[in-house]
Amino acid sequence: MSARYDAIVIGGGHNGLVAAAYLARAGRRTLVLERREVLGGAAVTEEIFPGFKFSVFSYVVSLLRPEIIRDLDLPRHGLQILPLESTITPMDNGDYLGSWSDPDESREELRRHSPRDADAAAIFGRLMHHMAMAVRPILSMVPPDPTSLSPRDLMGLLRVGGHFRSLGAENFHALHKLMTMSSADYLDEWFEFDTLKATKSASGIIGTFLGPRSPGSAYVLLHHYMGEIDGAFRAWGFQKGGTGAISGAIASAARAHGAEIRTGAAVERVLVREGRATGVALANGEEIAAGIVVSGLDPRVTFTRLVEPKTLPANLVEGVSRYKFRGSSGKVNLALSGLPNFTCLPGAGPHLRGAISISPSVRYLERAYDDAKYGEFSKNPYMDIVIPSMIDPGMAPPGKHVMSIFVQYAPYALDGGWTDERREAFGDTVVKTLACYAPNIESLILHRQVLTPMDIERITGLSEGNIFQGELALQQLFFLRPVPRWARYHTPIRGYWQCGAGTHPGGGIMGASGRLAALEILRASR
Amino acid sequence: MSLLKSTPFHPRTAPLVRAQTWRRWSGFQMASSYDPHPGREYAAIRNAAALFDVSPLHKYRITGRDAARLLDRMVTRDVTRLAVGQVYYTPWCDGAGKVIDDGTVSRLDEKTYRLTSADSSLRWLHLNARGMEVVIEDVSERLGALALQGPLSRAILEQMSPSDLRHLAYFRLIETTVSGIPVTISRTGYTGDLGYELWVDASRAVELWDALIEAGGPFGIVPAGVWALDLARIEAGLIMLDVDYFSSHHALTEARKSSPFEINLGWAVSRGKGPYNGRQALEAERARGPAWGFTGLEVDWESFARPFAEHHLPPQIPEVAWRSSVPVYREGNAIGYATSGCWSPLLKTSLALAHLRAPHLAPGTRVKIEITVEHRRRTADAVVRKLPFFDPERKKS
Repeated sequence: MSARYDAIVIGGGHNGLVAAAYLARAGRRTLVLERREVLGGAAVTEEIFPGFKFSVFSYVVSLLRPEIIRDLDLPRHGLQILPLESTITPMDNGDYLGSWSDPDESREELRRHSPRDADAAAIFGRLMHHMAMAVRPILSMVPPDPTSLSPRDLMGLLRVGGHFRSLGAENFHALHKLMTMSSADYLDEWFEFDTLKATKSASGIIGTFLGPRSPGSAYVLLHHYMGEIDGAFRAWGFQKGGTGAISGAIASAARAHGAEIRTGAAVERVLVREGRATGVALANGEEIAAGIVVSGLDPRVTFTRLVEPKTLPANLVEGVSRYKFRGSSGKVNLALSGLPNFTCLPGAGPHLRGAISISPSVRYLERAYDDAKYGEFSKNPYMDIVIPSMIDPGMAPPGKHVMSIFVQYAPYALDGGWTDERREAFGDTVVKTLACYAPNIESLILHRQVLTPMDIERITGLSEGNIFQGELALQQLFFLRPVPRWARYHTPIRGYWQCGAGTHPGGGIMGASGRLAALEILRASR
Repeated sequence: MSLLKSTPFHPRTAPLVRAQTWRRWSGFQMASSYDPHPGREYAAIRNAAALFDVSPLHKYRITGRDAARLLDRMVTRDVTRLAVGQVYYTPWCDGAGKVIDDGTVSRLDEKTYRLTSADSSLRWLHLNARGMEVVIEDVSERLGALALQGPLSRAILEQMSPSDLRHLAYFRLIETTVSGIPVTISRTGYTGDLGYELWVDASRAVELWDALIEAGGPFGIVPAGVWALDLARIEAGLIMLDVDYFSSHHALTEARKSSPFEINLGWAVSRGKGPYNGRQALEAERARGPAWGFTGLEVDWESFARPFAEHHLPPQIPEVAWRSSVPVYREGNAIGYATSGCWSPLLKTSLALAHLRAPHLAPGTRVKIEITVEHRRRTADAVVRKLPFFDPERKKS
């Protein structure tokens, strides 16, 4: 076994690539091993149907950390985030609710439905801004352990406390509510217009097995406002060429710093000798040595597949087995011969360049959740739809379009299990639901790709098809992600590290965990 | 009657200006942007294709035996070497070698040239033409001009024109048709991207606009205004008259005048050509080295964000370019001033164009630029960068 590498990163997802880029940048000879032929993990662009490119899984860039964009010089490597400016929600009565990039336009639109809510929205926005400002720095810090008395943990807690103190009493109380309430209840305190509450609360349920009335769903509302703080920086939107192009940009930066990236290289297990990681063994039997091994895979794979769980502390293994995945969403990707015509807003207007949210009422969303609670996919699902070819014409042949439909709920543990038939029935449900709002959709479909949580798991390796490598629920965030005491990217095996959405600060194309893990590794090896 | 003139495309552009964001441009009414905000219009320049009405440019048709002589006498580049179908970008100077204006000279045929300028240039052309056999026509209002800029601009025009645009090189032009409408297409622009400018008889301007919008639809064409253009031209390091420098014809003090060397146009001052306005002064300046230079500055993010964080504010990033004189310091000494700048949505960094004294022009030089945060003057760190900031291969390929 030759020791050509200082560090091996398992998994070429965007966090793994970020970690590799930072390690290489610090002079470590770094190798990334990706099982698939395509890089990016859940941030991949693939030409599923000739001429039509899809961000197959993750479809928008949210909260990509500005410090990563700068440190890795990502614009020079192809990062180009295009504005996704609006959201419309078709309503059951044939009307719609629009949210536009211009504040005057948005306020007047809301006033059309509820003058009271139009006023409340501004004040609500200010409150959320304050809370997001307090919480946002946490995204860029290694979680301190609140039960530890080490100087470093105390300093970290002090920093968190400092940010929270800057909130003032009133905002602090609001933050406490936000952290404990359901999004529907929280929004009820502010707004009366049901479609508005539904559309806002939808962002709180994405990727979790919660409904808008489930406690703990409110705090995810904050993520949206954190995005707005970085709004002018435009770290939020649609990547030219799809999300795979972000992975491509990060990979290019990593290579520029000297990292080596191999695709079609599945890691079978991590080699451990006397409590120390010494390298990895590939599925083809090849062994590669390195003193640092970083798993970008989810906690279940990291702790129970790549290493022998029996060599790990029992409470860690127990914690990992309790860690909730419960994939709850699917994806339908459509190649279209033309543009959908929405009954509520006919024609090819600017609304087709933004998001289209199928969330007409809180009741609609909660009913969709009810189906999932009892083991069925939603008969009338929540959908977050974008037409990337309207923003980046390169995604489809001229005049043709691609449509990305994020669908919730589709439980991983479907009653009776997922079969090809049930997958297609799920796809039919999605198209039929969309056809209620855009009746011409069925006649436009050239190709349909339906992805259930089972498919997401099979293709990307994400356990139970959870898009965030585990639910973004409060009991498994920050110093609890993935497991208490092991939230700092290290593991009980020396030289073996973890990063990815299953570690702090969680999912979305943020890159934060990859960066923080790399910085911890470099700190430890100093 | 309106104080301002309207361009031949006005019937199509006016209804698109949704938030009445109008501005003046050379006495014309012009859209700052069509959307309330320039984000999407800017994105089209770098991602698809943006369509600009650039008709307010002054345009002169110069014909006759001495047409080349007149232009060669006037501008700093060697017009005797300008081939038919070629375009020069060039400044022109007064007798003291101070820049009056900058623009393009196109050779349309053996004896016909077109000059474009930011300012009205009729008097200056006539002064220089004394004794020459030349006809100067102001065709500014007879010609409509559109700029189609962005990576998909060629794909759109290829669908509409019988000409081989793939082989139309950077800074070349052809006479052709677009959807049957006679036009001149030049591979020029003010965005630093792949792009073209289309010159059309005003009577057919609206027809051309409609044809482009229709054919460009599937390629994501977006009508765009001056705000978006301004962001792109700063990224491309292109200067603007009355913003980045004063015309020597209008400057109220000597200090406000600039030579071509001082506004990064030294490359456009010919070394071998015959007599022209300002030659003596420019040759002397070249020999002794110019006192000032014009360069890019990239503002350091951390030092920009810090004073905002002190007030618990996120850094305030303007969505349009700024155009004002901002002091630049090095080690406590004022060494120059920035004249325009922007947050680059593409490069994700704050850029500025600046006049700096000669000793401080080396790329990588660390300077400080003034910023205002919560009513107080502060400084942010900045680094001298070579222009252009953004220079994609497709611009010339």
